[in-house]
Amino acid sequence: MRRLVLILFVLLSTGALLFATGSGESTQAGGKVGGSVSVLGVWGGQELDIFNSMVAPFQDRTGVKVEFEGTRDLDAVLTTRVAAGNPPDLAALPGPGKMAEFARQGKMVDLSGVLDMAAMKKAYAQGWLDLGSVDGKLVGIFTKASLKGLIWYNPKNLKAAGVQIPTTWDQLMSTSQAIAAKGTTPWAVGVESGAASGWTGTDWLENIFLRMYGPAKYKDWYDGKLAWTSPEVKTVWQTWGKIVADPKMVYGGSQYELSTNFGTAFTPVFQTPPAAYFHFQATFIQSFIQKQYPDLKPVDDFNFFGFPAINQQYAKAVEIAGDLFGMFKKTPQSTAFITYVTTAEAQDFWVKPANGISPNRAVPLSDYPDPLSKNAAQILTSADIAVFDASDMMPSKMNAAFWSAIMSYLANPDQLDSILSDLDKVRADAYSGS
Amino acid sequence: MNRLAALSRRLAGRGLLHLVLIVISLLWLMPTVGLFVSSLRPASLISSSGWWKAFTTPFRFTLENYGHVIGQANMGRSFANSLLIAIPATVMPILIAAFGAYAFAWMRFRGRNALFLIVVGLLVVPLQVTLIPVLRLFNVLGLTGSFPAIWIAHTAYGLPFAIYLLRNFIGELPGEMMESAGLDGATHAQVFFRLVIPTSVPALASLAIFQFMWVWNDLLVALIYLGGTPRVAPMTVTISNMVNSYGGGWEFLTAAAFLSMLLPLIVFFALQQYFVKGILAGSVKG
Amino acid sequence: MINLLWALVAVAGVPLVLGGYIFAVEAAMKRSGSRARGGLRPWLWLAPAFVLLAVFLIYPTVSTAALSFLNANSAKPVSFANYTYIFTDSNMLIVLRNNLVWLVLFTFVTVILGLLIAVLTDRVRYERAVKALIFLPMAISFVAAGVIWKFMYQYQPAGAAQVGTVNAIFSSIFPRFTPQAWLFNKSQNNGALIIVGIWMWVGFAMVILSAGLKGISTSLIEAARIDGAREGRIFFSIILPLMRSTIIVVATTLIITVLKIFDVVYVMTNGNLDTDVIANRMYKEMFNYQNFGRASAFAVILLLAIIPVMVLNIRRFGRGGS
Repeated sequence: MRRLVLILFVLLSTGALLFATGSGESTQAGGKVGGSVSVLGVWGGQELDIFNSMVAPFQDRTGVKVEFEGTRDLDAVLTTRVAAGNPPDLAALPGPGKMAEFARQGKMVDLSGVLDMAAMKKAYAQGWLDLGSVDGKLVGIFTKASLKGLIWYNPKNLKAAGVQIPTTWDQLMSTSQAIAAKGTTPWAVGVESGAASGWTGTDWLENIFLRMYGPAKYKDWYDGKLAWTSPEVKTVWQTWGKIVADPKMVYGGSQYELSTNFGTAFTPVFQTPPAAYFHFQATFIQSFIQKQYPDLKPVDDFNFFGFPAINQQYAKAVEIAGDLFGMFKKTPQSTAFITYVTTAEAQDFWVKPANGISPNRAVPLSDYPDPLSKNAAQILTSADIAVFDASDMMPSKMNAAFWSAIMSYLANPDQLDSILSDLDKVRADAYSGS
Repeated sequence: MNRLAALSRRLAGRGLLHLVLIVISLLWLMPTVGLFVSSLRPASLISSSGWWKAFTTPFRFTLENYGHVIGQANMGRSFANSLLIAIPATVMPILIAAFGAYAFAWMRFRGRNALFLIVVGLLVVPLQVTLIPVLRLFNVLGLTGSFPAIWIAHTAYGLPFAIYLLRNFIGELPGEMMESAGLDGATHAQVFFRLVIPTSVPALASLAIFQFMWVWNDLLVALIYLGGTPRVAPMTVTISNMVNSYGGGWEFLTAAAFLSMLLPLIVFFALQQYFVKGILAGSVKG
Repeated sequence: MINLLWALVAVAGVPLVLGGYIFAVEAAMKRSGSRARGGLRPWLWLAPAFVLLAVFLIYPTVSTAALSFLNANSAKPVSFANYTYIFTDSNMLIVLRNNLVWLVLFTFVTVILGLLIAVLTDRVRYERAVKALIFLPMAISFVAAGVIWKFMYQYQPAGAAQVGTVNAIFSSIFPRFTPQAWLFNKSQNNGALIIVGIWMWVGFAMVILSAGLKGISTSLIEAARIDGAREGRIFFSIILPLMRSTIIVVATTLIITVLKIFDVVYVMTNGNLDTDVIANRMYKEMFNYQNFGRASAFAVILLLAIIPVMVLNIRRFGRGGS
């Protein structure tokens, strides 16, 4: 009996040692590339469905199997895999900031050696290519974008209240004050978002900054060259504070702002009678509104206007955000796939269900499914000053501190000075690249 | 009169006992009930009205959350994957820890205390610091993305607590019982399998419950060592993929939580029978 | 399919293999001299466990300690710079305070409640039902628990219909109660998080303490009852002392759990508004900021923090056992 067990022991251990995984890197016959490519991203739910449908024609045409792994813990998984030596072939990142960090570690492939750069220059405005470059090397290519700094409202309610759409900041403030005087809070704001709570507030500040001081100073700001305690930055916070730190101006006061998830913060705007009139948010909030209120129609029941001008010089500026693909391992399969995601055909998959705006010039406006998304796409492509979401461009540590600062400010607006000097301390550390 | 007083005291005591237990049970249950009721409501209602409002008109209940979760592509395979991961990852650490715990408890050797303290100390090692070194090792060995890799990993992560817990219980066994077995000429192996294991059953059952549950609910370890592709993804990965990057789709999490919780609960109930009193009764002479 | 085969091999094979290993060890012991037996045997019994622990836990720990003296990308040594940074950071005091508050409140309440429930359920016929209800929160994955509690703590302004359970209950009991944003008020948020932690972990304490309770010989307790001892006396004089080591095991595990508490804080507030804890800072440094030096320093601080706990266990386990 014992001997039998011993023999089993030896056999099983040998068997276990022989167990190994391979990755199918076979090539198929018939001119197809075959094999597989691994992609890591944050997409889930509806986005994942869209991604899968985007991938289907590519798989059929080339025979390459796209192995997508989606996780909201992207930072943890990607950092670990890159450090341990088995990064994914491609990663779909939510912004250039993270990409830059990996690029500076030397882990990313220079895409100018992978993509057809002539075709890229035709399809993308130079600004997009610059945003995806770190120290002159192209490391990320955008696949979909969104427009930030829009103010959403209920046209019927606004009309009933006799309010005109403001085009300047001063008009916005006086309109808001007029509504507040009548006893309703004009704004609905919510910044909660789990681990990223506070990012909505950063969008506010970025838009105010951009329209006050223009794109050059904006770049200095996210490059860490402008101090948080500088008078410019302080003015931006205080301007914002005139809305969010005034309990008569925001529904539910600071408690509501801090605790309400950004995805449901707009509900006061659509209550009867309305408990708020304006909601600041990016283009993607449209799908949230439609999910919560399936009976509401775009344009009639909900619409947006662009962020009002502060300094007329920068009136036509827009703030954008977007997802981009970066490459960690160059293989025939990953080359084929990253080429595919830059095409109008692939990006149409995001455009048609109103899940994103395409940065590719070849996608016609008619592909956008409703007037709102068409309008947003038009604003984005025709803007003469387009900057990227500043917090996404900052190093992660600065970005996270920025988010936290929003929370702290909303909780205690009178502590602005100490909040700003704490941010400067982080700035000294985060940009040093130690 | 004395007996009546004693009886009424006992009844009042019993009454208080039941009251306390029921209050605590209700308190504990309430959040879960809230989640359950929410899982039966459409998303727009969950975020706009409290779950208790579901019991007032209009009664809007729906199974669409559950339908979406069950109908989710790959849910069947990921359920199987979860089982495939959890069962070996429960059986292995219990056995390996039991051998070690027995040695710590009943064998004298130099360095026993120091070594045991190291085991206790390892309880505090945060999982995150092990991820990169271990993944590097798996990459070198070619084990990344394979099930044996994750079994071994979960086994190792579960060992400190398992050894700590079992050592306590095995060490508490009556010394006379162990001595009399030794006097009867039993070897350590015989004592271990015939005496220690059967009498440690409540401890082994507790350990099995926890280890199974922790492995079943794990997300990060599976993502990193095994991967998130549909072929190998456990339920936790598939469920997290129902939520998009902005958090939209969280209503499916409510239904998914209940579906996913069923199996650990079944394991809990199944192992409750081993929480039997007086396992030691009769095994000690005198 | 092949994975299923391997799983079956693992489930059946591993016990066989391990059992076979032990039998092989014992057989070898019989053949060798008695001197070698006593010294070598424990090490052989411990070998499988220690190989795994060494590779998966000890080696990464040592490597982490080494990394804590290097810079962010582990390229050059910076001696104690990471530790200096941590301890001079103005927020660190708050982080340490939070861990301390968690340590005291969470551990005490969880152990006491767990013990209470274990003892009380032992005496009723619906024991299994109650234990299942208390255990339920542990079975729920943390992501889902985060969803539940975010709803429990939700805030609506006074006068609006309350969606959050806690605010709703208080509003209906106390008419002049103003709803609170529990997770976002600096005076309440740590307590709110700790309550979630307790809700989850009492089941853990209860299961283990219950297992310990069942091991107490019933004849002892019956004899005491026959002798006329009151329940309270029995509990404090007989049950409690016999459960001492189990209580220490539970308390130790909970203390260590709470020192590295991460999920609750990460999912619900991510450490904002003065709720941050050491493990969350470590996670951020490692994965968000990619600063491996500082992340490692945080891990080392955690390791050092359990030394008092280990001392407590020396005293306990140094004595007991054969």
